[in-house]
Amino acid sequence: MSLLNHSIRELEEKLHNNEITVEDLVQASYDQIEAVDGEVNAFITLNKERALEKARELDKSGDKSAALFGIPAGIKDNIMTDKLRTTCASQFLRNFNDPLYDATVVSKLDEAKAVNIGKLNMDEFAMGSTSENSTYGKITNPWNKDYVPGGSSGGSAAAVSAGEVVFSLGTDTGGSIRQPAAFCGVVGMKPTYGLVSRYGVVAFASSLDQVGALTNSVEDNARVLEVIAGGDPMDATCVKQEVPTYTEALTKDVKGLKIAVPKEYIGEGVDPEIKESVMEALKVYESLGATWEEVSLPHSQYAVAAYYLISSSEASANLARFDGVRYGVRSENTTDMADMYTKSRSEGFGEEVKNRIMLGTFALSSGYYDAYYKKAQQARTLIKNDFDKIFEDYDVIVGPTTPTTAYKVGEVIDEPMTMYANDILTVPVNLAGTPAISVPCGFSSEGLPIGLQVIGKHFDESTVYRTAHAFEQATEHHKKRPTVGGAK
Amino acid sequence: MNFETIIGLEVHVELKTQSKIFSPSPNHFGAEPNANIHAIDLGYPGTLPTINEEAVNYAMKAAMALNCEIATHTKFDRKNYFYPDNPKAYQISQFDQPIGEHGYIDIEVEGKKKRIGITRIHMEEDAGKLTHGDAGHSLVDFNRQGTPLIEIVSEPDIRTPEEAYAYLEKLKNIIQYTGVSDCRMEEGSLRCDANISLRPYGQEEFGTKAELKNLNSFAYVRSGLEYEEKRQAKVLSSGGVIEQETLRYDEKTKKTILMRVKEGADDYRYFPEPDLVPMYIDDAWKERIRKEIPELPDARKARYVKELGLSEYDAGVLTSSKEMADFFEETTSHGADLKQAANWLMGDVAAYMNKHLKELHELAIEPEALAKMIKLIEDGTISSKIAKKLFAELVENGGDPEKIVKEKGMVQISDEGQLTEIITGILDENEQSVLDYKDGKERALGFLVGQVMKATKGQANPPMVNKILKQEIDKR
Amino acid sequence: MAEISKEEVKRVAELARLEVTDDECEQYREHLSGIISYFEKLNELNTEGVEPTTHVLDLKNVFSSDEPKHTITREEAFENAPDHEDGYFRVPSIMD
Repeated sequence: MSLLNHSIRELEEKLHNNEITVEDLVQASYDQIEAVDGEVNAFITLNKERALEKARELDKSGDKSAALFGIPAGIKDNIMTDKLRTTCASQFLRNFNDPLYDATVVSKLDEAKAVNIGKLNMDEFAMGSTSENSTYGKITNPWNKDYVPGGSSGGSAAAVSAGEVVFSLGTDTGGSIRQPAAFCGVVGMKPTYGLVSRYGVVAFASSLDQVGALTNSVEDNARVLEVIAGGDPMDATCVKQEVPTYTEALTKDVKGLKIAVPKEYIGEGVDPEIKESVMEALKVYESLGATWEEVSLPHSQYAVAAYYLISSSEASANLARFDGVRYGVRSENTTDMADMYTKSRSEGFGEEVKNRIMLGTFALSSGYYDAYYKKAQQARTLIKNDFDKIFEDYDVIVGPTTPTTAYKVGEVIDEPMTMYANDILTVPVNLAGTPAISVPCGFSSEGLPIGLQVIGKHFDESTVYRTAHAFEQATEHHKKRPTVGGAK
Repeated sequence: MNFETIIGLEVHVELKTQSKIFSPSPNHFGAEPNANIHAIDLGYPGTLPTINEEAVNYAMKAAMALNCEIATHTKFDRKNYFYPDNPKAYQISQFDQPIGEHGYIDIEVEGKKKRIGITRIHMEEDAGKLTHGDAGHSLVDFNRQGTPLIEIVSEPDIRTPEEAYAYLEKLKNIIQYTGVSDCRMEEGSLRCDANISLRPYGQEEFGTKAELKNLNSFAYVRSGLEYEEKRQAKVLSSGGVIEQETLRYDEKTKKTILMRVKEGADDYRYFPEPDLVPMYIDDAWKERIRKEIPELPDARKARYVKELGLSEYDAGVLTSSKEMADFFEETTSHGADLKQAANWLMGDVAAYMNKHLKELHELAIEPEALAKMIKLIEDGTISSKIAKKLFAELVENGGDPEKIVKEKGMVQISDEGQLTEIITGILDENEQSVLDYKDGKERALGFLVGQVMKATKGQANPPMVNKILKQEIDKR
Repeated sequence: MAEISKEEVKRVAELARLEVTDDECEQYREHLSGIISYFEKLNELNTEGVEPTTHVLDLKNVFSSDEPKHTITREEAFENAPDHEDGYFRVPSIMD
């Protein structure tokens, strides 16, 4: 087992007991990347020189008390890093070598003394669910290289799964943390909208985007969230309030916990193997003293349509700034201003990004706003109300993270509607703004991981973690590791 | 055929907060290009706006001063369009919930009072500045990007270019009184676009309007509208139609020039700004701002008439800008006589400003100096003739009048002995004039006074010269 | 199925500042028509009187204070700029 597969708590102990140095850890990270990333392709840009320098600095400092002291981390490449190239996996930003500032989450990791190993590959501008839409090449699933790792935070999930880093940051607009976590057999949490600052996170859909961690265990995840959560004066949508100590919630005790299982989450369209794993998981919860009942999220069938309208509309505005005036790549074939815009954007953006910009522009355009954008926002209200209603009577909602296990490479990329429709179990959560985690809950007959989704009330990450942790500790699924690149 | 002119004005006013509306960059005019930029102003990926509360306070204050109802629920929206000075390719503006609505401004043209409605006042961010250079390139400066703006949209209540001019003067005056903006057109802190259309008298619906842009002074707004009014009348009278056009006023030729013909409405794809949360302005907040609004021009004018006993006309001129009225009050607070202070301001000071096209704050003279100068005249230290010289010095270079008077030897000669000595000398030299005067030729006295003034370089106290001259002549 | 015309695709592309060749236009037309048809599912919903949700949290009045701060220099900004000149960002002119 790679050093990177240890939990943060174990690594902390080893560092405190001087069994290992931070430099050992960081070097182990780069060794593993060297060994497997040729196949996985989880990284776009490495931060090797500076990471090793920082590791040596940390080793010299006497104080090891910082929350993530010396822990190697990967950062999704849509999160801004001062003096480190940030590309969003897009041609347009291939030369964006110094973003001039750190995202708030990156500053927070830095204050907690985590070490930034490098920037992780993804679907371009976080649009996609297979990590095949990257100008830096597709990412492969560490469990089986013929399969995709999911997306858009495919690199974030694959890097943790393949033992390249201890944890990573991803972003989740419609499932982009949870779905790849499920596909790669790791833990991925999308916190409540407004818990983690979005400042410095390249916006896809501003009202849905949220940063979260991908980790090997629920405990690691809770530790990272404790660091990155909390109000930020630079983000008006990030709520000023005290951040609970999530790790204290990990009591393994779920006695009396009331679980709701939406029938829409275990119905038609959900792979039988996945449904079976979820039913198994519910039995585990029963054995731990929790109870569950079937409920309904009647408007969830409208979630995909509402989600694609809202996210594409917001994206059409958010991505308009990529115009070739102040940063990024300006087309060389421009003769006038109109040319500069259309050529730079057409050459800089990939196909999926352009599709969504077209869709969003259409939905907001004169004469269609009410029929599409506004209607979607109203559907969003109904979907959110469904969740509110369930949470009047239940503590958490449990179901699968995805209706299928990982797709074969190239399987759905040309069928956007299938790909979009498969977001059915994750997008309602983003529309409602609630927190949700994906934890490993088994494997398909092909040996591909399956994820269990636990959804909680707004700002009740503690209960979500407690629920997920109790299941994780009662099962062995999370202990299984992929054998990518002949890793130990 | 006779036509009725319909004019509506859209005025943009920059608010002079310390920092920008959505970023912490300094907000001030005249910095080196691209010196006041934050990653937010450049629309860097990942950046987010936050609302500068003071900008909201200022906007509210302006809206209140313009008699608007203040929204309780208000929010920002994105207005989407591509232009190199618009870094996010959307401008954060207000669409359907502006901060103020249903206001008005009372104007007076040729003695007739009229109320012009204000449809709405909304907040938004200013864009950067694009300079069209040579060799097929343009240059962008983002210093102005993010400067807080309010857009004030009038009702189509204005009927003549003269009313438009009066509306703008009054609007500028009121906003300046509130202190939220300098309203300096030459610095771009006040900008105006005008819509103008004509319709036959009696017709209900409006004619097709043209939009006038790039109007760099209120006078150009007036002359641009005058030109456009005649042009449209000519087109319509000859059976032509007015196209929906955007026009530019050319100051040299004094004509409007076509910029572009509008094809349908622009599609700005407004939608609520998801990065900013809505604002809720409760009564307590509104009251707090209302209390901060100083006395406005109409009230100040009434007070000058009622309490200071100034004429309607004088009070009107003195309160026509806050700067002038403040200067006036500060001058009198330093002990200057009311009437004298008013006369100097409306006379020599205003004349100097007009001649040199300068604003009051650009003159070197301070209110305290003007007050001292007036006192020096009153107590006879300087003659009114010398006062003109002293004023010329103060208005150009400033300084302390008492010092200048001493240093430059401007003190009036009021010593009876000294004057008598000078006068007897002059009478000795001009015996003929003395005889002439005695013969009843009044003009001879004037000549003698002139001689005295010449000998004293204008510093002799004129009433005393007159008195002593007569005494000395009588003795002969 | 909702059909979107080629003209409409071109209008949208113009608004979005994307270049579309005739072939691409047809592709976009099919793609958009398909997806828009799917969205018509939303018409099943009775949304009369339903407030649209822009913000999922009920936040209000989040402000920053009026304190100016310098952060980056223009020289730093120009490092990322495709073109600049004499302290300005440089762009091609509008062709009339």
